[in-house]
Amino acid sequence: MNKQSKNPTGAPTRSSASRWAEDYASQIGTDLPRRNRSGIEIKPLYTPADWNGDRFEAQLGYPGQPPATRGVYASMHRGRSWSQRQLIGYATPAEYNQRLRNMIDAGVTAVSLIPCNSVYRGFDIDEVDIELVGTCGVTVNTIEDMEVCLEGIPLDRMSVSLNDPSPFTLLGFMAALARRRGIPWSAITGTSNQSDYISHYVANHMFYRLSLPGSRRVLLDHIKFANQHMTGWNPVSVVGQHMQQAGATPAESMGLTLSTAIQYANDCITLGLEPDSFLPRFTFFFDISISLFEEAAKFRAARRIWSRITREQLGAKDPRSWRFKFHGQTSGSDLTRQQPLNNIARVTIQALSGILGGLQSLHTDGYDEVLSVPTEDAARVAVATQNILREEAGLADVIDPLGGSYYVETLTDQMEEAILAVMKRIEDAGGMYAAVESGLVQSMIGESAIAFQNRVDNGEQTMVGVNAYQIKEESLADVGLTGPDRALMEAQVDRVRRFKKDRSQDDAQQAIDALRNAANDDGQNTFEQVIEAADAGVTHGEICTALREELGYGHPLVVA
Amino acid sequence: MTVSETAPRVLVTKIGFDGHDRGSRIVASYLRDAGMEVIYTSPWQAVDAVVNLAIEEDVDVIGVSSLATDHHLIPKLMKALGDAKMEHVAVIVGGIIPPGDEKAMMDAGVAEIFHPGATREQIVDGVRGLAEQVRGGSAVS
Repeated sequence: MNKQSKNPTGAPTRSSASRWAEDYASQIGTDLPRRNRSGIEIKPLYTPADWNGDRFEAQLGYPGQPPATRGVYASMHRGRSWSQRQLIGYATPAEYNQRLRNMIDAGVTAVSLIPCNSVYRGFDIDEVDIELVGTCGVTVNTIEDMEVCLEGIPLDRMSVSLNDPSPFTLLGFMAALARRRGIPWSAITGTSNQSDYISHYVANHMFYRLSLPGSRRVLLDHIKFANQHMTGWNPVSVVGQHMQQAGATPAESMGLTLSTAIQYANDCITLGLEPDSFLPRFTFFFDISISLFEEAAKFRAARRIWSRITREQLGAKDPRSWRFKFHGQTSGSDLTRQQPLNNIARVTIQALSGILGGLQSLHTDGYDEVLSVPTEDAARVAVATQNILREEAGLADVIDPLGGSYYVETLTDQMEEAILAVMKRIEDAGGMYAAVESGLVQSMIGESAIAFQNRVDNGEQTMVGVNAYQIKEESLADVGLTGPDRALMEAQVDRVRRFKKDRSQDDAQQAIDALRNAANDDGQNTFEQVIEAADAGVTHGEICTALREELGYGHPLVVA
Repeated sequence: MTVSETAPRVLVTKIGFDGHDRGSRIVASYLRDAGMEVIYTSPWQAVDAVVNLAIEEDVDVIGVSSLATDHHLIPKLMKALGDAKMEHVAVIVGGIIPPGDEKAMMDAGVAEIFHPGATREQIVDGVRGLAEQVRGGSAVS
């Protein structure tokens, strides 16, 4: 009896399969191997010979329960759409507040705050070159600045995502502000984005120059504090986005990110924290490239891996600890300066891929990001893209619509294998912290960046408008956003100086001393003192300087 | 061997606050593959540090990579190079340079701007050509 012909899935019989193979070979001529960005060879056709429903329960199952491939919640986007979280940050706090309110009117449902790069580096704006102040993020140096940024924003009802690397001064300002407004810290929801110092260290050097051990200490304090006092806050966002933007392949960036998450979890466990007390508040942040199926498979595989690791390796019992919750950002490095409107198409596909991959929140890039900091018009198109995907294309209707696809299931298994191989390499190197100290991770990322660039250079990887389909373009028009108003920025510098002059100097000095003491006493919590310092009028730069001096400066490893 | 027969010496760096170094790393590898002597720095260099390094290393070309508005410091760099009598060094800028800002870069004395999508060949040939001009100029003077 021919079992194949009775296959209830209607899969092709052996004879039709071999007939297809012959027809394919005769039609295709030379069939060069095709590989995705992670190096996995892509076949022309996938069938039940690659994946079939036999493994449904073990590999797929149902959303919201292990193996978690299909999503972290039972109702996924149909129950609650992903958050539309656009990165916003520019110029002065007052201008930021205006732009934030405009974006909320356009459909943004969560606050995001991107500080000026001087803030990232741990300075106040009165310490740095005025040319760079407010050019690519909002200047927040004091509690007063934060108050202006968040004017009219209901902190107890809107999730806030702060791009706030250690020592988390932005959240310190916000927490102090909430206390003044009478909002309990337990009512604040959101995420300390950029708290993953490892990703900064290896991928874009955007850390405060706190030493690696100092960064480690400050993050653990932050996690402990949030666990006790800000139970709705996510103190950890483990970031794969930086590494993929820096050149890691999708599988590498995922493997490195999961290795980082394991490192942080083990650090917490070493401190004596119960896995189920902190794992439910771990979140992730990833880049979404235009490699549509590869990215969706990357996320599906990672959900499965994290669910397994938290249960089997980290000893988590609470199902909330198993959830791989992530924010996705469409990839800026896929966008082109040539024919910039094409980027709207690219961002749409990237967003689609992330949504199919089951993300919890999404930032879509402005099409002009490769030209400058996004204009307000481009930011509006980016938000509209999400609205169109959700409400016109119906992407929130069905959970894990790719589930059961022969191709996607096979690819998910293969991506899982590739991700696990990266994790094994890191584990063999002594874990993520050690692999970063030795420079292994930086070398991996650098090599992949060059390999990808070589593929673009030799035409293997098409980039429309760059190495294919070029057109003679008019010289680009002035996009009209070449920097914030210098006079406004100078006025803001004066404002920060005035704030420092008018505060109670005794209170500020006492708070700085308390912060220094906490840094030198493992029994105290540095983040608690960051909040008190923020409340006492201590500035961002002063908080960073105190901690740098006590915990040591960090220096980037130079890997070229 | 005379100076003009040795490989071009190029300083590849980033000034300002941003740390995205994918571009500078790739450009450094392009130039090295083409046989040039590349002096590579980590990001966040101060303008004065770049000038001092250019003097110490006797470079022909300085390549500054910028992703997040650090190119706003280029006029300061050009002035500092002039003050240090290093105006013969050619400065190139690569990365995200908004169209509206190009003129300010060129007016400050930048020799060339490479935008995203510039090819390996364009960059290597451009840098080599500039290094030859620099050496030709200094041989005359």
